[in-house]
Amino acid sequence: MVVVKDECETCHLVLPVLHEIAHSGRDLAIVWQDDGAFLGPGLAPLAVDDRALERSFRLGIETVPTLIRMEPGMDPAAAPPPTAPGDRAPHPADERENSPDAASRTSLAPPTSPASRTSLAPPTSPAPRTNRASPTNATFPTHQASRTGTETGRAIGWIRDDWRALTGIADLGEGLPPHRPGCGSRTQEPGMRERLTVRYGETGIRARRVEAAPETDPVELCYDRGWTDGLPVVPPTPERILRMLGGTRRDPHEVVGLIPPKLAPCTIEKAAINAVMAGCRPEYLPVVLAALEAALDPGFTLHGVTCSTCHSGPVIIVNGPIARRIGMNAGLNALGQGNRANATIGRAVNLVVRNVGGGRPGEIDRATLGSPGKYTFCFAEDESDPHWEPLSVSRGVAPGRSAVTVFAGEGVQGVSDQRARRPGELTRSLAMALRAVGHPKLCEWAPAVLVISPEHYATYREAGWTRRRIADALHRELVVSGEEVIVGARGVAEGMPRSRRGERLPKFHREGLLLVRAGGPAGLFSAILSGWPGGRLLEESHPVTREIAD
Amino acid sequence: MNASPTLLHDPTSETASALRPRRSPPPSLDGRTVALFDIGKARADEFLDYLQPRLRARGIATARFAKPTNAKPATPAIVGDIAEGADVVVEALAD
Repeated sequence: MVVVKDECETCHLVLPVLHEIAHSGRDLAIVWQDDGAFLGPGLAPLAVDDRALERSFRLGIETVPTLIRMEPGMDPAAAPPPTAPGDRAPHPADERENSPDAASRTSLAPPTSPASRTSLAPPTSPAPRTNRASPTNATFPTHQASRTGTETGRAIGWIRDDWRALTGIADLGEGLPPHRPGCGSRTQEPGMRERLTVRYGETGIRARRVEAAPETDPVELCYDRGWTDGLPVVPPTPERILRMLGGTRRDPHEVVGLIPPKLAPCTIEKAAINAVMAGCRPEYLPVVLAALEAALDPGFTLHGVTCSTCHSGPVIIVNGPIARRIGMNAGLNALGQGNRANATIGRAVNLVVRNVGGGRPGEIDRATLGSPGKYTFCFAEDESDPHWEPLSVSRGVAPGRSAVTVFAGEGVQGVSDQRARRPGELTRSLAMALRAVGHPKLCEWAPAVLVISPEHYATYREAGWTRRRIADALHRELVVSGEEVIVGARGVAEGMPRSRRGERLPKFHREGLLLVRAGGPAGLFSAILSGWPGGRLLEESHPVTREIAD
Repeated sequence: MNASPTLLHDPTSETASALRPRRSPPPSLDGRTVALFDIGKARADEFLDYLQPRLRARGIATARFAKPTNAKPATPAIVGDIAEGADVVVEALAD
């Protein structure tokens, strides 16, 4: 059996060889994927229409031409499908297996290479059955010996010696070059593997199936089921879920953790379903999973963040090479709309909290006002300045590694200072704005993130100030006299207990102020992200940083 | 619209909370113990301090319970202590 397609030069190259095999008296089936006319009238009787790709899929064809030698026996196309549970779609990192260098390969033993991932040794389980009629059956040729059998070897691409060995024809392809790489099988077209797995294989997806009737808009069904955050979601079809799961090597059934408030187990698969709905691309999934795991750290207190009357939700800050690789925005409008990765990673985490954890507003999410960040709040840090220590590194992650930091935060409070030109005066100015976090008269109450814009940072950088020096200076500026902030002081009832009148009170705990660099090149504006007051005691809630396993 | 059904997969935990009917309040607090539960919100102690002597003055036994922080849920141990040690709970929920 040989699998070919018209859109492959090497398949055209081997046409004379196919004639040689056919004329040798050996049984031959030519399985074509796109247009069998190129085979010509001489080979037409041997042609097998596989435009539906069922046979190619079941054979695990990744490259054409692929020559397979069969011995009489079981139909190889009835072997277990390539994508059975536990053998999902390949990881993007495996794409190199389709490169031209890898496209010519022979396996005379039962195949073990990625290009022939499906074991064609006698199958140990019955073939999966489908209710769909196979369009290949109607046009299948009468070469019974080629239709059924046990694979005993295959040649991928055109390698003359291998084809000779498989066919036993000593002078096969004498006039052809000794070697020519094949082309990608149509089963390898983008999204095709997932579609074929759903159609002919086993997806392995365990989540409950929900059918949207033909007259039902799936987007509306998601609304009706209460699966959305108020914005439309991408319907989580099995094809999309499989594609999403291709973004990680982790077992789909591995439990990421228990999602509060219901403490319901969340598998990689459930996270992937919600990531689909959020609009993520598969390569974002490792970031989503790391953010979830960070948020599930007991130190973050996701239950409290979700159920609180306060405004907060998880703010996700991404560091390291993955931020650039997946195209995250750390520049212009970094805290705003417009970037798919920024927008959907944060949304996926919030959808998991809603759908798996049951954290729904108006129910157990008791936020008095909430904030837009509860839809999504995720951005990357600007690491373009080698003098700046990235947030993740300052929190213990090795340089060059990708990481997420989750912070229980609210919306964006802009800070304008267009006059400060020296680091000291800029620090005093920023500290003045930071005093408003929670309330100007509350100290050690809520943490904060200060997002320093490039133009503000330039003032520090030109003076040689590092992250540590900026933080130290801000903390010094943020110590106030208890007299000024106790209850009733300045005619305001809110404030610190009277018992602290004689103390010098820091605004933040030492770890209660995170500095992050982000923003566009122009604008003497920075931003404050106020934190959840549950973080007034570090042991109750604090930011969590976690390396991304990608 | 689609010509055939669209298959989706459920993004939820596929569980439902058990709904239990609310217990009726006792007709009288005589002979009962009232748990005064401070969940850690600001000024909860003030409210419970106000309530406790007034209950005692009516001859009603009280017992104080507290979570260490409002940021985290009550532990099963605290819930168990309240269930064992009291008949009625007054919970100081909000600021």
